[in-house]
Amino acid sequence: MTPTITAESPAPATDGTVETTYREACKEALRDALARDERVFLMGEDVGHYGGCYAVSKGLIDEFGPDRVLDTPLAENGFTGAGIGAAIGGLRPIVEIMTVNFSLLALDQIVNNAATLRHMSGGQVGVPVVIRMATGAGRQLAAQHSHSLENWYAHVPGLKVLAPATCEDARGMLWPALEDPDPVVIFEHVMLYNRKGTMPAAAGTVDIARAAVRRPGEDVTLIGYGGTLHKALDAAEALAAEGVSAEVIDLRVLRPLDRETITASAARTRRVVIVDETWRTGGLSAEIAATIAETAFWDLDAPIERVCTAEVPIPYPAHLEQAALPRVESVVAAARRALGRPEGAGA
Amino acid sequence: MSAPTALTGAAVPREPGAAPVAPPPIPAGRHADKPHLTRDHLLGLLSDMIRIRRFEEACAELYTQEKIRGFLHLYIGEEAVAVGAMRALGTADSIVATYREHGHAIARGVPMTTCMAEMYGMVEGCSGGRGGSMHLFDLDHGLYGGNAIVGGGLPLAVGLAMAHRRLGRDAVAACFFGEGAVAEGVFHEAANLASLWRLPVLFVCENNLYAMGSALDLTEAETDLHLKTASYRIPSEVVDGMDVVAVEAATKAAVDAIRGGGGPRFLECRTYRFRAHSMFDAQLYREKSEIEEWRGKGPIRRFRHWLEETGTLHDGDLDAIESEVKAELDAAIAFAEAGTREPVETLERHVLADSAAAPAAVRPETRP
Repeated sequence: MTPTITAESPAPATDGTVETTYREACKEALRDALARDERVFLMGEDVGHYGGCYAVSKGLIDEFGPDRVLDTPLAENGFTGAGIGAAIGGLRPIVEIMTVNFSLLALDQIVNNAATLRHMSGGQVGVPVVIRMATGAGRQLAAQHSHSLENWYAHVPGLKVLAPATCEDARGMLWPALEDPDPVVIFEHVMLYNRKGTMPAAAGTVDIARAAVRRPGEDVTLIGYGGTLHKALDAAEALAAEGVSAEVIDLRVLRPLDRETITASAARTRRVVIVDETWRTGGLSAEIAATIAETAFWDLDAPIERVCTAEVPIPYPAHLEQAALPRVESVVAAARRALGRPEGAGA
Repeated sequence: MSAPTALTGAAVPREPGAAPVAPPPIPAGRHADKPHLTRDHLLGLLSDMIRIRRFEEACAELYTQEKIRGFLHLYIGEEAVAVGAMRALGTADSIVATYREHGHAIARGVPMTTCMAEMYGMVEGCSGGRGGSMHLFDLDHGLYGGNAIVGGGLPLAVGLAMAHRRLGRDAVAACFFGEGAVAEGVFHEAANLASLWRLPVLFVCENNLYAMGSALDLTEAETDLHLKTASYRIPSEVVDGMDVVAVEAATKAAVDAIRGGGGPRFLECRTYRFRAHSMFDAQLYREKSEIEEWRGKGPIRRFRHWLEETGTLHDGDLDAIESEVKAELDAAIAFAEAGTREPVETLERHVLADSAAAPAAVRPETRP
């Protein structure tokens, strides 16, 4: 279990944008979906009376009642399967699973049912369920609450996998995910919930098909998503101080991957660093690197660099946890290697 | 083999092939609330059981001819459960079944033609050929699939029941599963959810005494399975699953209670699989004499005798049924034989909805 983090209220600004937090943006998305469509309901462990393990759904039970914000027993496979069945039956459930580690208990229902029913039934059965879960490390929650396993889901045909990294995406991805006729899995990185950001006061839905160029650049492409996007952006800032213009791509959608955007950027900058919190072996970075090798090999000027989580279950002590994770310095170092300037600018 | 231990009180493991511990006797009086037992109705029950039997006998034969491949799990011996239960369910109700679901599909009214075409893997099959024997789907008949993960369909039924209730539909979600599923955690999760939320779910356990080749008493501490749902406050009943009228009556009573808002019900139908688990099963785990004993109380044989004894089955009735079934079956096989193989070009269909194949590409360029 994770301690509740108190939610913050969005602060209105004067220029048509609001400052908010990722958590508030997630909650706004839930509130909007629940208000828009009677068929939508949120179900999961402690989403109601407790207010959500990460306080994302705090207060929603008072607003929408216990039938629309439904506390479940600790039975991930059972309630996820019930969400899948409810979606088949005509509802639009949002199933919340506390962490990706716990989602392994529901892997059967997600992979064997949600992802296969349309296919096995020859197109008769659609499963318009949305499954949200927290992912990632950084809170010293040790080896059963901190992993990044989104690549497991990104491996499976029949699923769509989203990783909102910004407040605007946290606010805007949920509704199109609910409108999607197929199962959508949304990963929210635990270190983003408290993160502040601005977005248009009238922020609405966003597309759930394409990657985004978050920072244009010329010399090297840094590819991240979810929690690692911000490390890539910080690295780009550090590289700028060295005179290196880094382009930063936010994958946003982990399945299906936007190969076009990835390839176009890699072919233009000719150097790529992938920043990925899944483990290196068989991780998402391997798929991205392979894609680039297949589509932009002759445009590359340097081997593709990967900055991933060390091959170790996430340890409890802060210094070891941080050492296991992708860090801004390691991204900068990887970019320098790709640029053939391992000592950095001015060296 | 480990010795029995005083600590756990575990039973001595049975040698493979030894006779299983006899299940507790079935309470008498199950026919107390018999459904409308008109002659037409009774002959319909007999006819449906024979339809399933002949269909599956043909499937076994077609399997040896390699017209049907993959896994083929025959329901032969268990027909009374699907036929009795389906008669007590309405057209608006939803059905979730297992990989041994040919009987459920046919009893539910899915045409034998599309069932057989599915066995052949043809486009004209009830699942477009993509599912095969273990995954018969037909939403026009409320059949939400054969599910080949043991217990995998149970939470789907819970969710379907949630949808029925929230959308104001007066419908029940019925899930069929073998006794092996009761050992799965998901059975207990689904039972708890259904009862906790008082959902219109009918759990029908088809207890054929063997989870593939593992006898019930080798795999369950409590072999009286209907007792298990007491801990979830789900009323349950044990039913003679070889007696089609008893199954229909018990299902009707359960469904009436569910429709009356009483929450889920659990039926343990005691039955027996006459054939191997699948076409690859040498049946080393049970004696031939045990199979013969159960065949003696086979659902079709027994029901036919009862119909004869009561004067319900007239001369020529059985021949007429058999000849109608043969014609239906011949037509089904001809339909499947004339079916279309899906072109490889459409291999990647039915992974996502066709409408979602090309999502709108709006490219956000905003900074976080």
